Amino acid sequence: MLSLVATGFVADGRFDPSGIPEVFGQDRTWRVIGQTVLQAGCATVLSVLLGLPAAYVLYRLEFPGRALLRGFLTIPFVLPTVVVGVAFSALLGVGGPLEGLGLDRSFVGVVAALAFFNVTVVARTVGGFWARLDDRSVMAARVLGAGAIRAWCSVTLPALRPAIASAGALVFLFSSTSFGVVLILGGREFANVETEIYRLTVQFLDLRGAAVLSLAQFAIVGAALAVSARLRASGERAVELGAEPRREQRPGLRDLPVCLVFGATVLLLHALPIAALLARSLRTSDGAWTLEHYAALVDDASTLPIEGSVPAAIWLSLRIAAVAAALAMILGMIIALVLSRRPRSRVLQRGMHLFDGLVMLPLGVSAVTLGFGLLLTMHRPLGIGIDLRTSIVLIPIAQALVALPLVVRTLLPVLRGIDQRLRIAASSLGADPLTVLRTIDLPMLGRSAGLALGFAFAVSLGEFGATSFLVRPGEQTLPVVVAELIGHQAPGSYGAGLAGAVLLGALAAGVMLLADRLRTDQRGEF
Amino acid sequence: MMHPHTPGASRSTRRRIVGALTSATVLGLALAGCATGEGPSDEAASKRVTLVVHDSFPNDAFAEAASAATGYEVEVVSAGDGGELTNKLVLTKGAPIADAFFGVDTIFASRLVDNDVVEPYRPEAFPESAVDLAIADTDSDTTDAFSLTPVDRGATCFNIDTAWFAEQGLAEPTGFEDLADPAYRDLTVILDPTASSTGASLLVGTVAAFGEDGFADYWQRLVDNGARIEQGWTEAYNGQFTQGGGDGTKPIVLSYSSSPAFTVSDDGAATSTRALLDTCSSQVEYAGVLAGAANPEGARAVVDYLVSREFQETIPDTMYMYPVDAEAQIPEAWSTFAPLPDPGAAHDLPAAEIEAGREGWLRTLSEQIGL
Repeated sequence: MLSLVATGFVADGRFDPSGIPEVFGQDRTWRVIGQTVLQAGCATVLSVLLGLPAAYVLYRLEFPGRALLRGFLTIPFVLPTVVVGVAFSALLGVGGPLEGLGLDRSFVGVVAALAFFNVTVVARTVGGFWARLDDRSVMAARVLGAGAIRAWCSVTLPALRPAIASAGALVFLFSSTSFGVVLILGGREFANVETEIYRLTVQFLDLRGAAVLSLAQFAIVGAALAVSARLRASGERAVELGAEPRREQRPGLRDLPVCLVFGATVLLLHALPIAALLARSLRTSDGAWTLEHYAALVDDASTLPIEGSVPAAIWLSLRIAAVAAALAMILGMIIALVLSRRPRSRVLQRGMHLFDGLVMLPLGVSAVTLGFGLLLTMHRPLGIGIDLRTSIVLIPIAQALVALPLVVRTLLPVLRGIDQRLRIAASSLGADPLTVLRTIDLPMLGRSAGLALGFAFAVSLGEFGATSFLVRPGEQTLPVVVAELIGHQAPGSYGAGLAGAVLLGALAAGVMLLADRLRTDQRGEF
Repeated sequence: MMHPHTPGASRSTRRRIVGALTSATVLGLALAGCATGEGPSDEAASKRVTLVVHDSFPNDAFAEAASAATGYEVEVVSAGDGGELTNKLVLTKGAPIADAFFGVDTIFASRLVDNDVVEPYRPEAFPESAVDLAIADTDSDTTDAFSLTPVDRGATCFNIDTAWFAEQGLAEPTGFEDLADPAYRDLTVILDPTASSTGASLLVGTVAAFGEDGFADYWQRLVDNGARIEQGWTEAYNGQFTQGGGDGTKPIVLSYSSSPAFTVSDDGAATSTRALLDTCSSQVEYAGVLAGAANPEGARAVVDYLVSREFQETIPDTMYMYPVDAEAQIPEAWSTFAPLPDPGAAHDLPAAEIEAGREGWLRTLSEQIGL
């Protein structure tokens, strides 16, 4: 990545920073940067506003079908962006059921599509934490006469603050670096830095402009991280985490407003585009209902314009995602454990903050930059005699990098929520640091680990940007196959692609359902 | 407050975590093992040749057939769409990711030549009918070498839904001017030339038709007449076009001259769309030997195979393009429903002129209509 940026600044073998003032001197650059910040900001606010009710309903209330609903909400997050783009333009565009809203090719459309992906992120990161929040402080507040809303604002909200700040930072980073959706739904008018880098690199081979924009993207990501770190740090303290499986309430009358918001979110923002996608995958061009697109996926693959077969692509995707998820988990756990420490020395604290930011950086690196950068550097890297550029090993590594920040952000609030006194008490009773780790941190981590693993797996399964930019031998992952099918003019190819997208969504949702189950089982042990 | 854990529970958790770590490591090693196992060993290297292609290429089928035909062990890797492939080749100049390439089209051809990425070569049994399509090598002394070898061709043209026009009692449009005519207001879908190679083809076509001074004015008239600009072919054809398989409402779309061969009725007697052959610009897809290839001999053999009759005749069915070899058989539906425009009718420019002018044209469009 660095070398690609460097290539952009070197002219005739000399360092040449003249691109910086030149690119920043253009109006378009500033318009694109403004769009990026505005889109990501609005998407973050919307996702948090809609994600909190979702977190409450999905993680604090007990009702039949809750696990299924949680799984369903994961689908958006892993759908290939091309598919989401097509689903949204089918919904909002000419001839779509929501055409009357006039949201086609609009700022609101882009923000809605970004929220479509990210409400889940908020619901899951905040919900996982909220579920284990001890209720006694709230009860105390209520006993002392605070109303439900007041108690929520003065007790629950502050306790949730680190988790919300975490989730918000993630959403902002995802949104400001979003590629496929912004490219399709935004067009040139609502382009962001990421799609602009893509255009400059892929269409114009303007490495100088792309490098300068990469720096701008870094600056945006860095600023977002700084803000979220500040928000987190000021709100971070040990909160009482319920250790026993808390008995969730059945939804009551007082939950009605929250449930209504949640219901509207799920129906309008999530179910509608997914239903549009599902319906199209089940219909012929004449409008008759059919299963032929699904049959085409398993039938003789030679009728479809892709390499190999769809089942082979699914199998490869699963294997790669397993490796990527494992990599992300190992790294993520180690990083989260390190980051959860609170060193006394100022220097160490500074270092910790820096490291925290570094971990999140993969989110700020554009997939194009990453893909092209790997091409430049992976030719017999570090004296290894293999050309890694066409090696399939790069794919899980790239995917693990993409999933890593999610894993860390899922695990970290839990670890930081552990009362430091617990560790001190254990130490003073003679436990060595390893024992403390084993008896306190790891068991607490174990509960969120299932969730983080599921997240990492599902994200790797659906990862498209980085994977599609890597040069790869014969085999294709499922999202790449789906994108290729959808973009091909062979008869039946588009339908098969939509069917493949539905399959991908179902697969990822299934993984998340399993991860949730895993977590529930573990809870009983503590 | 935390409840004390029972030692048994924490041990089982630990076991689970340790187990996960172990299996992850094993998986990782296994994957790394697979990959290095596939790496070329020195003895086998001379028999192995790698072809890098764009996304819509029948990799496996080609690898098998080409290995059989050339005696080399042919491996195929994908590197994105045409533009991405071109830029990857330019970026890895000197240490190419493959020995030969296929899939760079007219729009990007000169970029490869200008950056000295290719090794001039002319296949031995090159079909005489395709010589005009080749990009000649102007540097070397041997006058008959090609910089880029043409393999297949197609044309970007507007397509219309014929039944829609019959139903509305509206005469079918025929050329560029009709699309800017208020009678055909709000009916057309075009593609953003900065985001899609099909859209870039239209840009070239309009520059060829209206001149460097007139094309931007034509685009302006198109947009003023309600033309919708999509980012990619999928969103345009499958999303917006009335015959695109979805719920589209626009009966005119920018696509290919071959597209009508894919809207043929089940009995094969009729097609529901037609390409407007007066609005086409040609696309030729090229192959070549990469400069600095590890196996230049093998690379030449692969390029030979790409222009052989055997492979040429598979092109319509696998890549949805026309073979460059005029003698090669094409499917009946193609000759009936999807003819190429007459050479004189297409709006074309030389590759070098495209490379020289493209950025300026895009800037002009950007200033004029905000693209």
